Amino acid sequence: MNDAPLLSVRGLTKRFGGLVAVKNIGFDIRPGEILGLIGPNGSGKSTVMKLIMGIERPNAGSVKVDGVEMAGWAPHRIARAGVGIVFQHSRPLHRQTVLEHIKLALLPDSLVKLAAEPHVHQRAREIAERVGLAAVMHRHPATLPFADLRRMEMAKAIARDPKVVLVDEPFAGLTVEESAAFSELIRGFRAEGRAVLLVDHNVKSLSALADRVLAMYLGEYVAEGTAEEVMRNETVRRVYLGGKLELHQRDRAAANAKQPILEVADVRVLYDKACALDGVGLQVREGEFVSVVGLNGAGKTTLFNAVSGLVPYKGTIRFNGQDLRGMSGAAIARSGLVQCPETRELFGDMTVRENLDLGGYHVADSVRAQQLAWLFKLFPILESRQSQTARTLSGGEQQMLAIARALMTQPKLLILDEPTLGLAPVILEQLSKALDALQKSTPITVLLGEQNVRFALPHADRVYVLEHARIVWEGSAPRFEQEMGRAFLEAAPPRDSNGMPTGEAGVKVR
Amino acid sequence: MTVLMRSRAIWVAVLLAVVAAALPWWISGYLLGVLTVAFYFGVFAMSWDLLFGFAGEVNFGPTFLIGLGAYTAAIIDARWGLPIPVCVVAGGLVALVGGLLLAVPALRLRGPYFGLVTLVAVLLLQNAIVIFAGITGGEIGMMVPDVMSVDASHNYWIALAFLVVCAILLFGLSRSAIGLILQASGQDAIGAQALGFDVTRHKLVAFCISALFSGVAGAMLVFYQGTASVSTVVDLSVGVQIIIAAVLGGRRTILGAVLGSIFLIVAGEFLRPLGQLNTFVVAAVALAALLFFPDGLLGNLLRVKERS
Repeated sequence: MNDAPLLSVRGLTKRFGGLVAVKNIGFDIRPGEILGLIGPNGSGKSTVMKLIMGIERPNAGSVKVDGVEMAGWAPHRIARAGVGIVFQHSRPLHRQTVLEHIKLALLPDSLVKLAAEPHVHQRAREIAERVGLAAVMHRHPATLPFADLRRMEMAKAIARDPKVVLVDEPFAGLTVEESAAFSELIRGFRAEGRAVLLVDHNVKSLSALADRVLAMYLGEYVAEGTAEEVMRNETVRRVYLGGKLELHQRDRAAANAKQPILEVADVRVLYDKACALDGVGLQVREGEFVSVVGLNGAGKTTLFNAVSGLVPYKGTIRFNGQDLRGMSGAAIARSGLVQCPETRELFGDMTVRENLDLGGYHVADSVRAQQLAWLFKLFPILESRQSQTARTLSGGEQQMLAIARALMTQPKLLILDEPTLGLAPVILEQLSKALDALQKSTPITVLLGEQNVRFALPHADRVYVLEHARIVWEGSAPRFEQEMGRAFLEAAPPRDSNGMPTGEAGVKVR
Repeated sequence: MTVLMRSRAIWVAVLLAVVAAALPWWISGYLLGVLTVAFYFGVFAMSWDLLFGFAGEVNFGPTFLIGLGAYTAAIIDARWGLPIPVCVVAGGLVALVGGLLLAVPALRLRGPYFGLVTLVAVLLLQNAIVIFAGITGGEIGMMVPDVMSVDASHNYWIALAFLVVCAILLFGLSRSAIGLILQASGQDAIGAQALGFDVTRHKLVAFCISALFSGVAGAMLVFYQGTASVSTVVDLSVGVQIIIAAVLGGRRTILGAVLGSIFLIVAGEFLRPLGQLNTFVVAAVALAALLFFPDGLLGNLLRVKERS
């Protein structure tokens, strides 16, 4: 009966330095409607959520809740005006019980009310029962499984009785049964006439739940409609699946004869309660280019961090015949295994040249000069930008600098984690050419992690598919196209029927 | 179960307070003197824990607030000869205002800068005291004409009563709705804001309360000792001792800060025969405790409870 939108977003724009993270995004959500906001990693969907909540301030645009303009307000005012958020990851208070957490959310923002009102206790219990925490409401968060912590986040949002609910990656890290229970809770929001915004990278996981889906890519609007319509959209398909694959096949025989340089066997990583890697094994031979493909959250970064000695793991990782267990991250890097992380980790206030010189700190002066000359041939743009600070570079240039800096150390094995993250297609092409040149000019071994299959396959001698913390497929690039092809990216996340927390375990800390 | 634990903890606290009240019949005046100082330090450390443990802000300059309270009270008493309670209240109020002036701009800063601002404030106060030596007595310090009592037992009881009252107020506050919001603000500011809480305002109030208690306690200490001097109420090393006491006793426990203070002051006194080594040994013990039991005395007890 009431068709006025509860949440109305128009022309929302956010810039971080030179990067436009969100560009002119607009949508409406009516009471009792669920909108799914999807896009690959780096598409700006989480930023949209933060802009609505006021955690980030928009550069332009309007956010109206029930007709009231809220763009630029502080988060606590937006929250009081009726917007609630369910964070993907909670940071619970350790000395408080579950019930006390819910009570916290029920408290007014007052400095004079020392004691909670009597109805608060009763209400907190009701909410705990509604989200399925009745049995554990007197326990402390440290003793709870991952799903219950997420239920607690849900309970806190419900306690505020919001008109608009934002849910970040609703099913990350959950089993089938837990996902079903969460879907039910979210449907409950719809039944109560709240406006719901779900943010996720996968269309499939939201399709059963969302009334409408809006797809984003590189901060821009791509498509909007029902889940079916969006999945059929040409641009969406290209963004998620890539266009036609071009493969450069290299002579495999020579590579096969070489010794394995990296051997990963049965590696398991747990983040708190979420399983991020589950019995992963892979091999990289000397001079090989190996791609690990998988969606955001599949565990790629975790795998690389385990290999680089940055996260604790179970299982064995051998590099150059040496067991890496017990070696520090720095020692592993010095032994020739160098990671170029997803986040780039450039020294923003230093110049391009200084960044490169730091990368080559451990090599002799003459070698460094040679390396530098070679790298400037590989990435000509960096030569002309030598005296510019890294912060002022564009995203693509920063990525090239990050790769160049890693190469300055003369690694035996170079790990590239999502080099395409947030880059425009034209930059991808440049990067792709540089990788090609790299492959041809040096005997370097490369391990690449990507969700962009079109970028990952052309160079790859072999491909591993990582899905929900496990390696599910291994083979050559041409075989990948035949066997996995489209099915790979469109497939609904396979859930473990034993109730194991397989889920999207590559959970990121807020 | 938690209710039982909590009530047991309170009974232990009551028992300790009763035992402490009876101590003057058992121990020497010298020891009473040591404990009296320790009790005032207990209030300093509790106030500090409210800010660090709950609001999550590290105040490196607790002595800025204490010193403001102490010197205000001392100057008013020396210049105008007003009664002690008036001086103490004035000391508390000036500390509150000074704290407010410091915190309003400082809380806008992020990360370690708040702590740095508080650190600089101490140096500023110390320099101001030295520069205006005509009023403050400079580096030598100033005598106050009035003292609370010349009787060690009386002084001891006053300090104990003050400590108990402050402990009840601060502990009660920490367990109240505001304490809960403060903890949320300190541990996850974005999460707290998303629940509709004005994090900055809550932290500011925590700072003001901390300032008020610190200032009053500083003023009381002056009227116990009969002097106000930089080395006893303003110096950075005094601030460091307060911080160590609070962390040693257990972050986010309020009452642990009292235990930490008593331990630190009494241990320092007992090791006095070691001469120069005294402070070294106390510091080494504190360091070991910080490295191996970062949760502190009470914190470790609570931790066991959390896991059950």
